[in-house]
Amino acid sequence: MREGRIWRETSFDLGAKVWQVSWIYVLLLCALAAVGYAALYSAAGGAPETYASRHVLRFATGLVLMIGIALVDIRFIARLSWPAYLIALVLLVAVMQFGHMGKGAQRWLELGGLQLQPSELMKITLVLALASWFHRASWERIGNPLFLIPPVIAVLLPVGLIVKQPNLGTAVITAILGVAMFFAAGVRWWKFVLIALPVPFAAQLAYSQLHDYQRARIDTFFNPESDPLGAGYNIIQSKIALGSGGMWGKGFLQGTQGHLDFLPEKQTDFIFTTIGEEFGFVGSVALMALLGLIVLGGMLIALRCRHQYGRLVAFGIATNFFLYVAVNIAMVMGAIPVGGVPLPLVSHGGSAMIMVMVGFGLLMSVHVHRNVAFGNEG
Amino acid sequence: MKTETPRTGVFTRRALLMMGGQVVLLGTLAARLYQVQVVDGARYATLAEENRISARLIAPPRGRILDRFGTVIAGNKLNWRALLIAEQTSDMTATLGNFSRIVSLADYERARIEREVRRHRRFIPIMVREFLTWDEMAAIEVNAPDLPGILVDVGTSRMYPYGEQLAHIAGYVAPPSEDDVAEDPGLALPGLRVGRAGLEKQHEPELRGTAGAVQLEVNALGRVIRELDRQEGVPGEDVRLTIDVSLQQAVLDRLGDESASAVVLDCRNGEVLAMGTNPSFDPSLFNAGVSQAQWAAWAQNKHTPLLNRATAGVYAPGSTFKMAVASAALESGVMSPGDRVTCPGFFDLGNARFHCWRKGGHGTLDMRGALKNSCDVYFYETARRVGIDRIAAMAHRFGLGTELQIDLPGARPGFIPTREWRLGHGKAWAPGDTVVAGIGQGYIQVTPLQLATYAARIATGRKVEPHLTRKLGTVLQPGSLPTDWPNLGVSDRSLHLLRDGMWAVVNEAGGTAPVARLPDPRWQLAGKTGSSQVHRVSREQREQGNFDSAKLPWELRPHALFVCYAPYDAPRYAVSVVVEHGNAGAAAAAPIARDIMKDTLQRDPGGRDEPTAARVAQRDS
Repeated sequence: MREGRIWRETSFDLGAKVWQVSWIYVLLLCALAAVGYAALYSAAGGAPETYASRHVLRFATGLVLMIGIALVDIRFIARLSWPAYLIALVLLVAVMQFGHMGKGAQRWLELGGLQLQPSELMKITLVLALASWFHRASWERIGNPLFLIPPVIAVLLPVGLIVKQPNLGTAVITAILGVAMFFAAGVRWWKFVLIALPVPFAAQLAYSQLHDYQRARIDTFFNPESDPLGAGYNIIQSKIALGSGGMWGKGFLQGTQGHLDFLPEKQTDFIFTTIGEEFGFVGSVALMALLGLIVLGGMLIALRCRHQYGRLVAFGIATNFFLYVAVNIAMVMGAIPVGGVPLPLVSHGGSAMIMVMVGFGLLMSVHVHRNVAFGNEG
Repeated sequence: MKTETPRTGVFTRRALLMMGGQVVLLGTLAARLYQVQVVDGARYATLAEENRISARLIAPPRGRILDRFGTVIAGNKLNWRALLIAEQTSDMTATLGNFSRIVSLADYERARIEREVRRHRRFIPIMVREFLTWDEMAAIEVNAPDLPGILVDVGTSRMYPYGEQLAHIAGYVAPPSEDDVAEDPGLALPGLRVGRAGLEKQHEPELRGTAGAVQLEVNALGRVIRELDRQEGVPGEDVRLTIDVSLQQAVLDRLGDESASAVVLDCRNGEVLAMGTNPSFDPSLFNAGVSQAQWAAWAQNKHTPLLNRATAGVYAPGSTFKMAVASAALESGVMSPGDRVTCPGFFDLGNARFHCWRKGGHGTLDMRGALKNSCDVYFYETARRVGIDRIAAMAHRFGLGTELQIDLPGARPGFIPTREWRLGHGKAWAPGDTVVAGIGQGYIQVTPLQLATYAARIATGRKVEPHLTRKLGTVLQPGSLPTDWPNLGVSDRSLHLLRDGMWAVVNEAGGTAPVARLPDPRWQLAGKTGSSQVHRVSREQREQGNFDSAKLPWELRPHALFVCYAPYDAPRYAVSVVVEHGNAGAAAAAPIARDIMKDTLQRDPGGRDEPTAARVAQRDS
């Protein structure tokens, strides 16, 4: 009866909620943002004005937003899941119509001076919507193929729109995120195998539909030295910067490659190279360990939650963050083709940072409300 | 686990599986990182040393300044220069020492280089020396191994094919000051010049353009291996002037060695066709930096070569001011053209006696006769009746003693006194001050450009503003058409009297400037002389009877002025000439103005836009 007393409680006051926030987790996020500050400070040639001070300002804003969301009742958020998903879908269509062109793709929406990237919003609302869908489903119902058709459509619709932008990297991440959600919800193993079988053929088809620059990225990925001054340029230079860092690095602000402006996006997608060059293998692995702790911490929050909606939301947010991290680091090492994916909370860029913090706000709300009575528990 | 449904169990198992997968994936990435950073680290470190990509900004070509027919007034020429990249040399002092053996560097140059190196990021190239000769450049290239960090490249420098002749109009460029660079870091490009005077300064934003960037692959010694990417900057825009270079040269030839200035305007739209000021200076001297000795020479020269006399030289207008006084009298209704005044050769006001330039007096004159003879007594009396404030207002309307919209920095507004101004200085306005203002003396100060504008406004009755810019890029600027300018607001009746009086000055027997008459009846010139005293003639000198201002020392002789327009019946051009200390307007300034006007009418620069052939075709049809 001891456990029953807590999770039967329908609400608790604000002061109690603030105590429930995992402040250790908040501290981990602050540490990551501090690494970002140092890297951006160095990327600007030892000056805070260019990127770093704005980075701190944005993180502070994001932190306030995150705590605010953490205190919102998870059951209220659950009710907003599908409306939020639909809004994100509308924005995704809007960005095709009125969006700003950036680097040859329509990804940005200007809303009252605020830049919004609807694909980032989409990933989070997709997690909410799928969590909401699977929340009330029993083990038996999940076995029913007809029950899976609406959520499959809910995944394919945004993925198709993001491919059209075109933003291949984000589209693939969104698709993987969707699959991961199905997996966590308990969809049977054999169904994934069935879907995976035609993937090589689909890939063949997708390749033929790609834009030239995307095809060039994939081609140079398999053979970067084939075009050292063109599409392979970024990968080679990125590896030179990382490699020249060695075991212990050249020291803070001592990197030469980054300061020579050899990479056009050293403060955004390629920020990891600055850290790798200046702090070496030891520093890079330490950063990866920090990122890993944040991912695993999110998964632990999912495991400790007493209701399916919270479990799935926390799982989705943590997986999304992991995908960002893995894709970005693999990208700068030349392990996968380059695609505009930032390193969350480290890279320079406002819109992505805010969305990441919104995600962590939801994660924290799951943690705060892990024991609330929320329908169909167990 | 009685509360655990199959769903929860599945979630827990699969989440743990996922976590395991994530850890494995991150581990794989870490292993790959180990491969890149530790196993292959030495190889990449070598690559990083040998293979550096550096991005450099390239200064955009500065826009040219052209005359109205496309002749280059300010252009660009190639400039070989040596640059230093601080991070590419381990010992900067040694590098500069070696450099100094090839091309000697003064101590102050070294100090400047060292200061600039400290101020900039270490991969920004710093200018060591420019305007290298071919031999110097070759010697630097041959000795390259001893000169790590030094590289030679080619930039552009400003050239002024007409040098002194257009120096005050084109102005000049100079390296940006350290304050400028602090404000706009984009100016830190080696070899970039900014406009410091004249139209180079006025049109700096258009002329400068936007910097481009080049990505170079360089080795550890700083030698460029290859160019990877080049983004050309946007070249500055060409500025097309209203000036006609050949007319400008003719005007300066005619001014000769006098300290003098002349302005030729297109009456109808205010375009400045020529603006000569003598003496002048060589604007290219500013390109490399002006020496101390040169500055001293300019500062000590009593003919002030750095002063643009046409826009910033201020002179009392003398009798050329009389049209403005007459106009004020007519427009205010105080006098009519037929009002007569008798001139006995002097004018008494209280105890003071004011003299007419003609000792015996002019007898009785109407207003036209007073303009024609330039009778001082008539205008003493007119000014007394009209009052200084109405005279000042009318002078301003004609563009005298007021700010003009000229697109050239450094123009001065001149000055017309008013009662209020005098009170502001704690003194009451004396009636005698009004009287001398009637003949353009006393506190009144105007510029030659204002005098030409004055003549153009009398001629057309439009409030034209003088201007120098005809086109930016290919866009014709507003103000190029006569209809761009509003009506002056002076009645035709008054303007007719002023024009008629000016015509009589030149073309009627007994006028003060018959010397300015042009023989061709199609080209009748209307003008007015002026002489402005810079030295008060004392009573004793006057009473000795044999006073002759031409015998005074040069600095004390009166200035000679002449304003005119032509043709009388269909005004096209207005000219003003001021000869400093030329003594008498009729003798010194009028012949110059006449010749300039004749030349202008023959060339007709305002009547043809580009090819001369078009004008010939028009005339023949």
